[in-house]
Parts: sequence; structure tokens; C-alpha cells
Amino acid sequence: MSDPLELTEIPERTVTSAALPPDQRTPWHKVVHNDDVRRLFACVIGGFVLALMTGPEGDGINMLSGVDGALRFPHLGICLALTVGLWVLITVRHRFGERARTASARVSALPARLLPNAKFRGLALVALLALAIVYPAHLNGYWQSVLVQQVGIYVLLAIGLNVVVGYAGLLDLGYIAFFAIGAYSDAFWTGALPIHPPANLNPFWVIPIAIATAMLAGVILGVPTLRLRGDYLAIVTLGFGEIIQIVAINLQGVTGGAIGTGTIRHFALHVLGINYVWGLDPLPYYYLLLVFVVLALFAFHSLEHSRIGRAWAAIREDEIAAEASGINVLKYKVMAFAIGASTSGFAGTLVASQIRFFEPGDFTVQLSILILVLVIFGGMGSLPGAVVGAAVLEWLPQYLHVHPLFGFQQQDLYIYFGAILILMMIFRPEGLIPSRRRRIELGLAEHGIGTADAMTAGASPSEPAGLP
Amino acid sequence: MTSAAPLADGLPATSPEADLLVEVEKLTLRFGGLTSLSQVSLTQRRGEILSVIGPNGAGKTSLFNCLTGVYTPQEGRIVFHRRDGRDISVVGVRPHRVNRFGIARTFQTSRLFNALTTFENVKIGVESRSRTGPLGAILHLPHTRREERAANARVRELLEFVGLTHRAATLASSLPYGDRRRLEIARALGTGPELLLLDEPAAGTNPAEKGDLVDLIRRVNRDRGVSVLLIEHDMGLVMSLAERIVVLNFGQVIATGSPAEIQQNPAVIEAYLGAPEAPAEGAGDVAESGEGA
Ligand SMILES: Nc1ncnc2c1ncn2[C@@H]1O[C@H](COP(=O)(O)OP(=O)(O)OP(=O)(O)O)[C@@H](O)[C@H]1O
Ligand SMILES: [Mg+2]
Repeated sequence: MSDPLELTEIPERTVTSAALPPDQRTPWHKVVHNDDVRRLFACVIGGFVLALMTGPEGDGINMLSGVDGALRFPHLGICLALTVGLWVLITVRHRFGERARTASARVSALPARLLPNAKFRGLALVALLALAIVYPAHLNGYWQSVLVQQVGIYVLLAIGLNVVVGYAGLLDLGYIAFFAIGAYSDAFWTGALPIHPPANLNPFWVIPIAIATAMLAGVILGVPTLRLRGDYLAIVTLGFGEIIQIVAINLQGVTGGAIGTGTIRHFALHVLGINYVWGLDPLPYYYLLLVFVVLALFAFHSLEHSRIGRAWAAIREDEIAAEASGINVLKYKVMAFAIGASTSGFAGTLVASQIRFFEPGDFTVQLSILILVLVIFGGMGSLPGAVVGAAVLEWLPQYLHVHPLFGFQQQDLYIYFGAILILMMIFRPEGLIPSRRRRIELGLAEHGIGTADAMTAGASPSEPAGLP
Repeated sequence: MTSAAPLADGLPATSPEADLLVEVEKLTLRFGGLTSLSQVSLTQRRGEILSVIGPNGAGKTSLFNCLTGVYTPQEGRIVFHRRDGRDISVVGVRPHRVNRFGIARTFQTSRLFNALTTFENVKIGVESRSRTGPLGAILHLPHTRREERAANARVRELLEFVGLTHRAATLASSLPYGDRRRLEIARALGTGPELLLLDEPAAGTNPAEKGDLVDLIRRVNRDRGVSVLLIEHDMGLVMSLAERIVVLNFGQVIATGSPAEIQQNPAVIEAYLGAPEAPAEGAGDVAESGEGA
């Protein structure tokens, strides 16, 4: 139970350090008064730690050889350069923060200024769509499958999670569990699991069934947990993600266990005289994906600007006020959660059918986090942000894989993602292409009005209900 | 637990209490050892402006929270007699359903959707009555569009009514205090209430804004036929608006009556003793330490 009354707020820092005897006045870590110097100090230490962490490992004979190797010049130098570079960036932001912000705001306003007319913007979208249709046909097979398995799928996943995190402000850390549910539904209905489906379905009808299954799972998980406020959801979804994976591993008779599924049939369409099979060629899958991404974009855009999107915005900002205004908070949260789940489920179906095989190890928590990173990077609550963020962050590593730059290695990917995220939070917390509402919320949060984090949105009015 | 029990379905009430709107009976609300409402009973007639006053911590806001489903009292009954003849028990009903039944409220410290515009704030209230579901919203069905047009018209009408038309596109966060109060009232009215609960609407407003507010509340009551339950520390405002007054102290009702009766009531004067101006004075803030102002 928190403080009973708003009025009992104790003014902070009523006791100033000046009142204390001089030897207690400054804590040891504040001996250096200049903030810049203090941060530099922290960054240098961080550089050493980074060098130790990324350096060679010691061995049984000479345990300290790792330390020795880590602190040698080129390696240590690179690490220090990285962290001190970070310090320079932070300092620059502190010194020139205001100017940087206006500059970044100007960049954000650029598309609107270049395309002031809604008609032009529509035309630009059509042109982009045309490019997305025509261009991939000219790529080679490798890039086509990158386009499907990396870019396309993650774009779809990101716009789905964007509904949950960005629109409704719910922190879902088990998003990939629904992906798994979609994938296993596909495997089940096409007969690739040890247990057999009651009926052999035309593989294309698997899509709506998998979507419905994932949505149902979302509702079943959502209804009890979304009643709770705040952080519970993050924890429950995190647990749910783990549970799904562990169940998939251990329920050998049903899922095939850790070895994975049998061969999954490709999608096929046999209706009204049309007979089409999505084969090994990634391109038809790309177009299928494109259709669904475009449909999803259209649907989510409509939702965002409908009464449902406004209800989400209201809930994100102030749950108590939303409830008092007649909004069924639980219903709208479950709705967002289920929409996200079904998008994830569909992505799972598509991947299962294209790659034709998967195992429980494909559905790690890391993936859920990765998709969250894509959404945050792109700009929470922004569809163009989610699309561009996911496309860039998924395409770039593949590009660097083929054209290595600065000794980029695939296994270091998450280090770079981490670094990008840190830089993003320092310089552009609203993301690459922020939504208008979200940017305003962040601006307000900086002035202490309201909360702008998905991480705290639901949590803001803590248990005895933020005291109306 | 979420369903409100209709006590007498369908039949228009014909009993002598036909003009009763709300009956609160022996309400007790405890937080651990602290009893913030004890055996509170009161009634409000349809169309009435009833005021609840009392020193800080008397339990006024707690009463509102019980009336709107935010808190569930341990004992007691709250019955809301709707205009259509349905009698609804409010205890244990979730806040959004209470709102749907026809009880809307504002908050002691205003809770607007700060990142949204004035227009959108009111629209959220209005649209809580719309029926468009996700499919309608995605497919832009004709009835969706019709509903949205109607909602927009209603929002415009409400903004006009509270005098915020010129602020329609302003972010709620950048509105001055008096406008925030009026916006909250507009948002609450948007949900189409029969009863409007106002929790210290004049707190933090200047005298001019106060005058406008009195006028607004009166118009809400007369022109829109909305009953008003008003918590207010500003005695001048209470005396000029309220038809009857209920006085709470330490969670108990110590007096009920017309403004004139309340001003003369010794128990009330007693409760306010120590405050430089007793309500008998007729004007001025009784609870001197009330927030804002
Ligand atoms: N959620 C809660 N948890 C614990 N105690 C509470 C809670 N809400 C209210 N109280 C207590 O109930 C009592 C009445 O509080 P309430 O907010 O209803 O007073 P009030 O009459 O509105 O006062 P004010 O004029 O200051 O707004 C107070 O003692 C308060 O501490
Ligand atoms: Mg109060």
C-alpha cells in the first residue's frame, strides 16, 4: 500500500547537505564535482571492464593469461576508444542538448515538410509499394530469402508488437511464444508432428487456424494477467515464453521434443480451380508476406486512428481516468495483446511453412527482446518506425555479413544492438521515426508530467489506484 | 462481481421516492485499521445539486471513489435509480461500468490525457458510448463513419458548452488551470451522465474562473438536466450552488440540510473550529489548507 493521500507528499531533499558536518557532506563517489569528469572516469573504468570481458579467456595453466591478453594495447585501446567515445557523445549531448534536440526534431519533420500534401504522401507510399513488388524479383536467391526470413518476418513481428507495446503500453516479453504457437499449429495441421490432426487440411487453411489459435492463447493469457497492474505482465509473459519453450522440448510425444518437427508441407492453395503451391523459391513467400504486411499496416493504422486507438492512448496515459471515462481497460488491453499475439502467430506459421522444419530452440527469450529492440529503435507506437527500424536492423547485419566492414562478425551482433540502443536512448529516446503522440508524451515526461514508458505506463498508478 | 444487479427491472418507479436518484445507506470503508467512511448515509434527489463538505481527510473523496466503483466499501449499499426506471447497485461494480450506468466524475487533481488535444480528450469520453469494434474500425464500415461523425459533432457541442471551442486543438497539458477543470467536466459530460460528481472543481482557480465555473455548473444542472454532487472547500461557491449540503467529519455524516441550516448547525461549527472562518461566516475557504487556491 502506498501513501494514502496525495497531500502527504513529503517535499524532497528538505535536508540539505550543508546542514551536515563537513566530513559527511560529500559521499566518496561525488568527490569530483564536475559531472563531465565524473562521467569520464566512469567511462574509462567501463573501458577496462569491457576489455576484460571481451578479451581472451584464461586457461587452467595460467589463469591470468586472459587478463594479460585483454589489457594489451590494440584491444584495450579499442575498448577505451569506444567508452571514451561514448563519453564524448554524452558530453556533447549535455552541452548542446537543446540544439541537438531541435536538429533531430527538424529531421523528424523532414518527411512532412518534403511531402506536405497528403496526396503526395499517398503517392510516395504507392511508389514504395511498387518498389517492394518489383525490386525483389531482381535480387538473387540469397537476398530474396534474407528478404523473407530476416526483413519481412521481423517487420511483421515488429508491427505486431508495436500494437502491444507502442499503442497499449503493455510490456510483452514473451511475444515469441505466440510465434511458436503459430509455428506448432502449422506443423500440427499439416501432419508434421508425432500426433496427427483430426483432419488433413488444405495447408492454406492452416493460416487462419494458426492465427485464431495464437489469438486465443493471447486472450487466455491476457485476461487474468492484464487485470494486474504494471510489471506483472512483463514477468508473466517472460515466464510464458519460457514455459512454451520448455513444454515444446519436454512434450516429446506431441511436439517431437528437442529434435524438432518432421517436414512441414509448404502452403498450397486449391480453390476455385486455382492450384498453387508455395515451393522452395522464397519469392512467392515474399509476396505472401508482403500482402499480409500491407494488410496489417492498413489495419493497424486504421485502429490507431479510430476510437480504439484513442482508448489505447488514454489507457497508456492514465488508466484511472480512462476507466472513469467509461473505457473498459481490461477489454482494450486484451484486444491489443491478442492482436499482437495473432500477428506473431501468423509470422510463426509462415516461417514454419517456408523453412519446413523448426525446433524449440528457435524460440528463445532473446528473440522476444530482439523484436522489442526493433520496435524501440524504430519508435514505439509508430508504424513507419517499426517497419523501417525492423528492416534496417535486420538487413544491415546481413549486408555486413556479406560485405564485412570493420571486422564485423555475426556473433557480435547483440553487442552492436546494445550499443545502438544506448546511443538511441541518449540522443533520440523517441526512436527513429517517432509517432506524434509518443513524442509529446516523452516531452511531457521529461517535465515530470505523466509516464511515457511502456515499461511503467500500466504501473504508474500503483496499487491503491493512484488515488483519484 | 462485475454485473450490477438490477433491483427492479424495467418498471418505471412509482413509489413516493420516485424522484430519488442516489441512496447511500450505512456505507463503511476501511483501509486496514483506518476507517475513512463509517455508516455514511445520504440521498440525492433527481436534478438536485448536492454538496459534500468537510475538513481535509473527512472522507469526501473516499465517498466519491465508492460511488464510482474505484473502492469497494466493506459495508453498506449504494443504489442508483436511473431515469429509465432501472435501479442499480453500484457496490462492487467496476468503474467503467458505473460510468456506463450514468455516473461520471472529475478528479480532485485533474487527470486529463495530457498528450492528447482538448478535442481528443472529450472525444474519448463521448466515444466510450460508441459501438464500433475493431473490425468496424479496420474496415471503415459506413456505420463506423456515421458514429464518428456523430461523435465529432457532440464533442464540438460540448466544447462550445464549456467554452473551450477555441482550444480544441491545444494539448491538454498546455491548458491553463481553469480550462483544465472545464475540460474535465466536458469529458465527463461526454459520457452522457445522469449524475456528475465534481471533486473540488474550483481548487486552484482564480476568482474570475470561479465565477465562470459556478455559471457552468448551474448550466450543467439546468440546461442538461444533470444532477450534481459537489465536493468543494470554497464555501462561497457551495452556498451559491448547493440546494442541500451534507457535512462529513472523520468519515461520519454530522449534518445534512439546506445551506442556511448548515450555517447554523452547532456540530458543523464545532467540526470546523480552529479554522479562522467557520461556515457560519458564509464565505471564504473553510479548510484553509485545501490544496491549490
Ligand atoms: N487508498 C487509501 N489507502 C489508505 N487510506 C486512504 C486511502 N484513501 C483514503 N484514505 C484515507 O481515508 C481518509 C479520507 O480521505 P479522503 O481522501 O476521502 O479525504 P477528503 O475528505 O477527500 O480530504 P481532502 O479534502 O483533503 O481531499 C484519509 O484519512 C485518508 O488517509
Ligand atoms: Mg479529497
